Amino acid sequence: MKGLSKDRLWSIAVLAPSIILIAVFVYGFIARSVYVSMTDWGNDPAQALALDPIIRWVGLANYQELFSGFLQGRFRQEMISTIFFTIFFILGCLGLGLGLALILDRNPKGEGLWRTIFLFPMSLSFIVTGTIWRWMLQPQGGLNQAPTLFGAQPGTFGWLSSSDAILKFDWNKLPLLTASVVGVVLIVMAVRAARSGDRTRTLVAAVCAAILIVWALLIGPNVKMLPAPELHGFNLALIGIIIAAVWQMSGYTMALYLAGLRGIPEELREAAKVDGANDLGLYRHVIFPLLAPISLSAMIVLGHISLKIFDLVYAMAGPDNLATSVPALNMYLTSFRQNQFSLGAAIGTILLILVAFVIVPYLASQFRQEDGHA
Amino acid sequence: MKKVLLIAAALAVTTSASAAGKLEIFSWWSGDEGPALEALIKIYKAKYPSVTVDNATVSGGAGTNAKAVLKTRMLGGTPPDSFQAHAGQELIGTWVVAGRMEDLSGLFKSEGFDKVFPKDLIRLISQGGKIWSVPVNVHRSNVMWYNPAKLKAWGVTAPKTWPEFIKTCSTLKAKGVAAPLVVGENWTQQHLWESVMIGTLGAQGWENLWSGKMKFTDPRVVGAFTTFGKVMDCANKDASGLSWQQASDRIIDGTSAFNVMGDWAAGYFTTTKKLAPNTGFGWAPAPGTTKTFVMLADSFGLPKGAKDRTEALNWLKVLGSKAGQDAFNPLKGSIAARTDSDLSKYNTYSQSAARDWKSNKIVGSLVHGAVAPESFTSAFGAVIDQFVASKNSAAAAAAAQQLAVRAGISK
Repeated sequence: MKGLSKDRLWSIAVLAPSIILIAVFVYGFIARSVYVSMTDWGNDPAQALALDPIIRWVGLANYQELFSGFLQGRFRQEMISTIFFTIFFILGCLGLGLGLALILDRNPKGEGLWRTIFLFPMSLSFIVTGTIWRWMLQPQGGLNQAPTLFGAQPGTFGWLSSSDAILKFDWNKLPLLTASVVGVVLIVMAVRAARSGDRTRTLVAAVCAAILIVWALLIGPNVKMLPAPELHGFNLALIGIIIAAVWQMSGYTMALYLAGLRGIPEELREAAKVDGANDLGLYRHVIFPLLAPISLSAMIVLGHISLKIFDLVYAMAGPDNLATSVPALNMYLTSFRQNQFSLGAAIGTILLILVAFVIVPYLASQFRQEDGHA
Repeated sequence: MKKVLLIAAALAVTTSASAAGKLEIFSWWSGDEGPALEALIKIYKAKYPSVTVDNATVSGGAGTNAKAVLKTRMLGGTPPDSFQAHAGQELIGTWVVAGRMEDLSGLFKSEGFDKVFPKDLIRLISQGGKIWSVPVNVHRSNVMWYNPAKLKAWGVTAPKTWPEFIKTCSTLKAKGVAAPLVVGENWTQQHLWESVMIGTLGAQGWENLWSGKMKFTDPRVVGAFTTFGKVMDCANKDASGLSWQQASDRIIDGTSAFNVMGDWAAGYFTTTKKLAPNTGFGWAPAPGTTKTFVMLADSFGLPKGAKDRTEALNWLKVLGSKAGQDAFNPLKGSIAARTDSDLSKYNTYSQSAARDWKSNKIVGSLVHGAVAPESFTSAFGAVIDQFVASKNSAAAAAAAQQLAVRAGISK
């Protein structure tokens, strides 16, 4: 039989152990966590650590508690913080990394040394980075003392301790906001499809957008997730953590961009110059479009780091600092300090879903590309 | 987490390889507190020379790392012979309710511990008429620290009640002290909160709160939250970036006038900062809590299924003995839980605390695990943070009440 040749048997035998291990220790444990998140394990302290705990199935009650429970305001603030953190972290890394790469691409003196210096922070662990930056961002030290070097007054900004927030909004408006944003995106899609003459696509997108916007206008304002308004926003104390995270990871994006820049053939640049492009035009119309796939890869990697970030925040601001807390930290505290295993598993599952949102479309497109090449 | 698991695995291997005549002591006493533990072990070894003592310390402040390792071991079925826990509900609410600890009432009777430990203390470490742990040391939580020279210069005295404190605060603000009170990261704010609560509700009210007789939504509790909000208005704005040591430093350098912290601060002032008690630093009970001793204690319990049960029981006997407590506490900077300890071995501050320990009404500390289980205390940190940001007393009280119901404190 062709299917069971010696080679094939060998390959199965070699792969089987890792497939079994991954099945048990990755997917099995994911399934177990998702199951635990739908039980009440730990909600009753007497059962949490008992020898034979009584565990009951409660369905999605833990998720409901997280998104609309009176006590879980901390989790909701963390979700908002994570979104802001992710946006600023990715923008910072891409911007700084691209800038450094463009400078290095011009072959300055001692380029190898600079490259090493910029890439070096990535070799540290987040715990080390966090500890160093915590010293530098102390209320009465480090960065706040920097102005005194020039004879000015020391700064007073609470890099990690500020409790002020900007861009505040009421959590009750979240469904409305989400519907509006998705609606606008759908309208843009519809307009684009109409321009390119794709009729079914235009129709589907337009109808979906219409339904969403009607919902947002008529039903959305009446949705009450919480009994009282609850304001969440971008806590200024996060700025310190974003700075440290960007410092750590921008070297990585620099390396990616530098590889990309070096991969652009010299002929392309020369051809563009012959066609009369100046430096600005060269970058805008030739180089940046070629770097787009690199930006996407970097965004995926940075995005999932930022969604599950834990150690940096723990080291810089401590586990009990609400203004800088993130869901991964809450998951750890809920599970291992409060012994609320099911609620912790629910937070973990939400994090997994968020990361999947980032990773799965990327993986899918990668597989499609590989199939295309094969 | 990975590291924790590795340590746990390593510990598990060492215990399984153990022979008879062995005792494993699990604690988070390392660094400064290591010598105090060694003193105890020395006494134990002198009494039971054939036993090999395995000092399984997992370092990390207030036991955050040790507790995670302990959980892994208990759930994995390899409990240490005896482990450290904050006395009271932190142990009871986690391990006793789960049915994993042995009742120590018999030991207390046979060793006479029930006669020498204060009654209020025995009540705090009991549940269901049984006693669950042997307290080794006692710390006081409701102490207000100040700099005597500075107070004199400002022309104020240590306030006796919280309303008086708020008045003193505005006097100091008028004199240009931006933050008359200094607080640090979240747990030190919870620490302040409990002093404000006890100072406002009284010791009895505080006890009623934790026995479920008084609800957090009671108008008196809501009012105390409001007082706490006013007290926090006197505090520094960069609190969450400061450790308790950094907060204490601001008393010494005169940036702030008052700090409410446990009496380990006395050790920090005398040992690390080389200051003399009563001149370099001064102290008073937190406002409104004169004649009340808010206590926290480290204690050891006996888990069910301990491998070396007899040795562990002997260890507990040493812990509760006069010799053991008087060897341990002067080194640790705490006082003995026994009322018959030899005061000449202690420093000036500890002597005053030990006198209060014998005469005052004793209640338990929240933030240090005496009156509420960890599930409450940990989640309550978020309530305090939200309250400090919003100053909404009613919402904070309602949230605290829900937490209390969830933790089984209140109905």
